Amino acid sequence: MKVVAAMSGGVDSAVAAARAVEAGHEVTGIHLALSRNPQSYRTGARGCCTIEDANDARRAADVIGIPFYVWDLSDRFHTDVVEDFMDTYAAGQTPNPCLRCNEKIKFAAVLDRALALGFDAVATGHYATVVESGGDIELHRAVDGAKDQSYVLGVLDDRQLRHSLFPLGDTTKDRVREEAARRGLLVADKPDSHDICFVADGDNVGWLKEKLGDRAPNHGGEIRDDATGDVLGRHDGTYGFTIGQRRGLRLGRPAPDGRPRYVLDIEPVSGTVTVGPRERLAVDRIEGDRLRWCGASLPAGTVLDGDAVTVQLRAHGAEHRARVAVGDDTLDVELLDHADGIAPGQAVVVYDGTRVIGSATITRSRRVAAVGAPGVGGVGG
Amino acid sequence: MNDTRRVYLDHAATTPMTDVAVEALTTQLREVGNASSLHAAGRRARRIVEESRETIAQALGCRPGEVVYTSGGTEADNLALKGLFWSRRAESPRRTRILASAVEHHAVLDPLLWLEEHEQAEVELVAVDGAGRLDVDALRAAVERDPDTVALITVMWANNEVGTLQPVADVVALAAEHGIPVHSDAVQAIGAVPVDFATSGVDALAVSGHKVGGPQGVGALVVRREVSLTPLLHGGGQERDVRSGTLDVPAIAGFAAAVEEAVKHQAEHAARLTVLRDRLVDTVLVEVPDAVLNGPDGADGNRLPGNAHLSFPGCEGDSLLMLLDARGIECSTGSACSAGVPQPSHVLLAMGRSEEEARSSLRFSLGHTSTETDVDALAAAIGACVERARAARA
Repeated sequence: MKVVAAMSGGVDSAVAAARAVEAGHEVTGIHLALSRNPQSYRTGARGCCTIEDANDARRAADVIGIPFYVWDLSDRFHTDVVEDFMDTYAAGQTPNPCLRCNEKIKFAAVLDRALALGFDAVATGHYATVVESGGDIELHRAVDGAKDQSYVLGVLDDRQLRHSLFPLGDTTKDRVREEAARRGLLVADKPDSHDICFVADGDNVGWLKEKLGDRAPNHGGEIRDDATGDVLGRHDGTYGFTIGQRRGLRLGRPAPDGRPRYVLDIEPVSGTVTVGPRERLAVDRIEGDRLRWCGASLPAGTVLDGDAVTVQLRAHGAEHRARVAVGDDTLDVELLDHADGIAPGQAVVVYDGTRVIGSATITRSRRVAAVGAPGVGGVGG
Repeated sequence: MNDTRRVYLDHAATTPMTDVAVEALTTQLREVGNASSLHAAGRRARRIVEESRETIAQALGCRPGEVVYTSGGTEADNLALKGLFWSRRAESPRRTRILASAVEHHAVLDPLLWLEEHEQAEVELVAVDGAGRLDVDALRAAVERDPDTVALITVMWANNEVGTLQPVADVVALAAEHGIPVHSDAVQAIGAVPVDFATSGVDALAVSGHKVGGPQGVGALVVRREVSLTPLLHGGGQERDVRSGTLDVPAIAGFAAAVEEAVKHQAEHAARLTVLRDRLVDTVLVEVPDAVLNGPDGADGNRLPGNAHLSFPGCEGDSLLMLLDARGIECSTGSACSAGVPQPSHVLLAMGRSEEEARSSLRFSLGHTSTETDVDALAAAIGACVERARAARA
């Protein structure tokens, strides 16, 4: 096949490209220029949008012996990922830009362009596995559970998966680094990227404050106690908070029982942030929309309640046993294992064993009724 | 990739070294001698440097003492612009304005922006017409608004992207009325069109080795002896105390050999390339009828003979470049890359084209090794590549 290898400048995508060559494909390396104003150098473990990263990718392509180009997708990235990120925060929710980037950029804009230019597939360094089974295409978790990235690929549909190669799905990260060193790739010991790539200094709150400013409804507001309704303090903008957050609340007054307080709810219109004790974070039901099927789609009315059905609610998060009811472009998820600190805007990805069934964007979550507290649990989001 | 038959259509980026240049350079590589040393080896090296200087002076119509060796065109432009600006302002603090054409190379634009940011220069970019040619009336208006405040004028001899020859003689005449020095970046012009320093009346002229069949990393600023320049590089003061650094004797020997040959054969070279270039444009327009030739019509002699710059509506230039590259055909989007990301060309934008038109363009540039086979290979490939690139935009 003729394959485009998306090369970030990191070790994973470099080894993925090398393996694609070894598998007999005709590979062309592509670095995606996503930032409109790239920084010259990486600082720490930030993203992949610097000129240095582009040069690292180019050098890896040289060593592998494949042609290399930079594709400018900065406008698409800004519209589909960065603005979505800001809008989601402005709505009091917590976005996952990596997921959006996979859905809209790597396996959409890049894939479409590659197919039109005569390529057959896009290869990336994601840790996940694609399996073809009786004509159906399936996405599965990687063998390296710690590195598994199937969660951020849970937005890929059947067509996208059929044109995707994930050459690292059967390997652990340690082995990938060893292999990179063996292949003479200088990125073998380059640190992993963790932060959001377009926030250059890793200061998400500072970045959001600058970009969103006083953009309604994302203004300052009150911080209230969940149980008493007392106003405990004020904040400058809801973008500084995500559900389940404990640090940075800057409440002068400790809780009467001395226990730490967590963000339980963010009300985007009033700007009210509700805080309370850890056990009030527990959620037993989640609703999501923007349904995406990873491979075969299931009709509305389907209920997934097998023993192996689980959901994952954040990148590298735990698996929760669940019962999932499929609606029209929605999912209704009953959590058999309660989850803590579920933030609307994140994805709920549904698994059957190791297989990714599909995903949705979390719109609401229901907190478990507090023992001894009056009424039912609040509904977040 | 099949490297046995590459079709190189990017001579404006760099052109293969000529045999005489390779010979001159490699001969010197085996010799020892610092041109500043006083012993026999030093004198031998100095002799090569000075003979080369005389060869270059002869070819470019200047005195040997007016040739200042540099590391290339970019350094020559930096030295001319910053050096002239500082000297002229030191003579009169009111001289803070720099007038430049809007289509200058980044080797000129970026030093000007730097002077604006760090040295309180006021840079005015003067408009060009739809073919990329400087509007001399607009330049006159800018000068005459307050001639005493103009530190210098810089107008390139020929544009590197669309090949437009600039009205340097008109600029010199205008500047002379007010005693304003003129710098011209002639990197693309040497060997392609007649360039005579003394006759032209410019005060400074930037020249590059590797654009004329010499080695990369060497060039010169030709600058009138009377002009005072503030140095950029301080050290041994090797070049007229204006430029320091041990001279690269082999590169200078190769550079001089290339310039001499390029200038000697300029007329026949230009005639041959003009025919080839017209064939390239004509055959591409047959394959892609809605392609548009940017820059001046070649017929009136206002265009570099080896330059063809075309827009392909509905295509991304960088998609086309990649598709052609995969078929062994090497060309350029013509504009500078920032972080490897092609920016829409400031030249095309200054010519009144839209960002989309600017992004849909490719530059094909011919040189001394170009043949009809190269041009025909492009004609054979371009139709299918354009079709593909259009699909990728859809």
